[in-house]
Amino acid sequence: MIELYLLLILMILGAVIALEAKDLLSAIISLGLIGFSLVLIFLILQAPDLAIVQIVVETLSLIILIAAILKTSLKDTAQENGLKEKFLLGGGLLFLIIFMFFVNQAIKFLPHFGFPLMRMAKNYIDLGLIKTGAVNLVAAIILDFRGYDTLGEATILFTAVIGVGAVLRKIGRKK
Amino acid sequence: MKGMTIIVKTIARLISGLILLFGIYIVLHGHLTPGGGFAGGVIIAGCFIFLFLAYGSEETKNEVSKWRASLCESFGLLLFWYLAMLGIFAGTQFFLNIINKGNPFHLFSAGIIPLCNIGIGIEVGGGLFAIFIILATLKMEEKK
Amino acid sequence: MIYLLSILLFAIGLYGVLVKRNLIKIIIGLSIMEYATFLFFALVGYKKEGVAPIISKGFEEVVFVDPLPQALVLTGIVIGLSTTALLVSIAVRIYEKYKTFDIRKIKKLKG
Repeated sequence: MIELYLLLILMILGAVIALEAKDLLSAIISLGLIGFSLVLIFLILQAPDLAIVQIVVETLSLIILIAAILKTSLKDTAQENGLKEKFLLGGGLLFLIIFMFFVNQAIKFLPHFGFPLMRMAKNYIDLGLIKTGAVNLVAAIILDFRGYDTLGEATILFTAVIGVGAVLRKIGRKK
Repeated sequence: MKGMTIIVKTIARLISGLILLFGIYIVLHGHLTPGGGFAGGVIIAGCFIFLFLAYGSEETKNEVSKWRASLCESFGLLLFWYLAMLGIFAGTQFFLNIINKGNPFHLFSAGIIPLCNIGIGIEVGGGLFAIFIILATLKMEEKK
Repeated sequence: MIYLLSILLFAIGLYGVLVKRNLIKIIIGLSIMEYATFLFFALVGYKKEGVAPIISKGFEEVVFVDPLPQALVLTGIVIGLSTTALLVSIAVRIYEKYKTFDIRKIKKLKG
């Protein structure tokens, strides 16, 4: 599993660069780096459905972000470097160390990596082909066993399109 | 926004048909191979976005495209709702898989699942193309 | 150990949302938090020596990975795209009115 660790370290480095870059275009390209590394990780973890959806959605998300910043400004706002910022950074690092300690204690209760519990999945794998007739088990789950989630997701996408159309409307001038 | 050079316009005309065909293939074979409605819908939107980016917003008619994309999106969601209501019309519960299941590994199998994939593909494709048109043809007003 | 790295990615995204002053950096931090969540879900569902959950002819005795977290993450990815698109449109509208992305200067609430 050495390639999994390498890709994860690449994602963490990319996240730090994306948040600290002074030019907004470089930050968005680093976000693209994180997204495409996630596609490789999904392929290593044997999830081709997720890899296809993530690669096309990542491309579209980059297009939307770049279209937005090309119409507005391209520079990051200036950060002052006084005493308050150093104090905040120190406090942030301390919080991160305490947070990681508690996460380490909580992860001990999860099953080990590579041996999932699979209580519901056993039923889906055994009876999926007989009850739905679909060969792709993930498609059978999202459209037959858990169809309400897909209905809600389609509605959320519809609402987002209505929202974007309503926010970016041309306002008429009051005479 | 302006269009691109004539090389890009020619290549866009040639390739966008293949991209649309690939998107329709992924939508239709959603129950046999990985993919499904969402990935195929985004690829279909990508085909139209490619044409729009190559030709610029002055040559394409914006109002007609926006109205057509919105119509496709509403039609796709209504198709998905109607397929879910087929269970109630037939007498049993909501969202039941009542069409004949057929043999596995064939294109016309798995009951309601391919038709739902088609509805979702049309909806996602139209919706994402509408978002892109609204964002790309936005005119920032200059305040004095 | 690998779970720790994915939650570290989540914490970096959280730092971006809380500390940064540019609106676009806040949106980038939110996207990083979403990627970390999807990564954690996919890691929980991995079975050693498993293959992708698609039944093929002639391969009857294979061990599949868990398909349920994959279905949940599929829904989540599309919802993340919708959220990003809506946030970006609101940020463009704010820039149009105030001519800056700095959140310290967006304070004038006119009636």
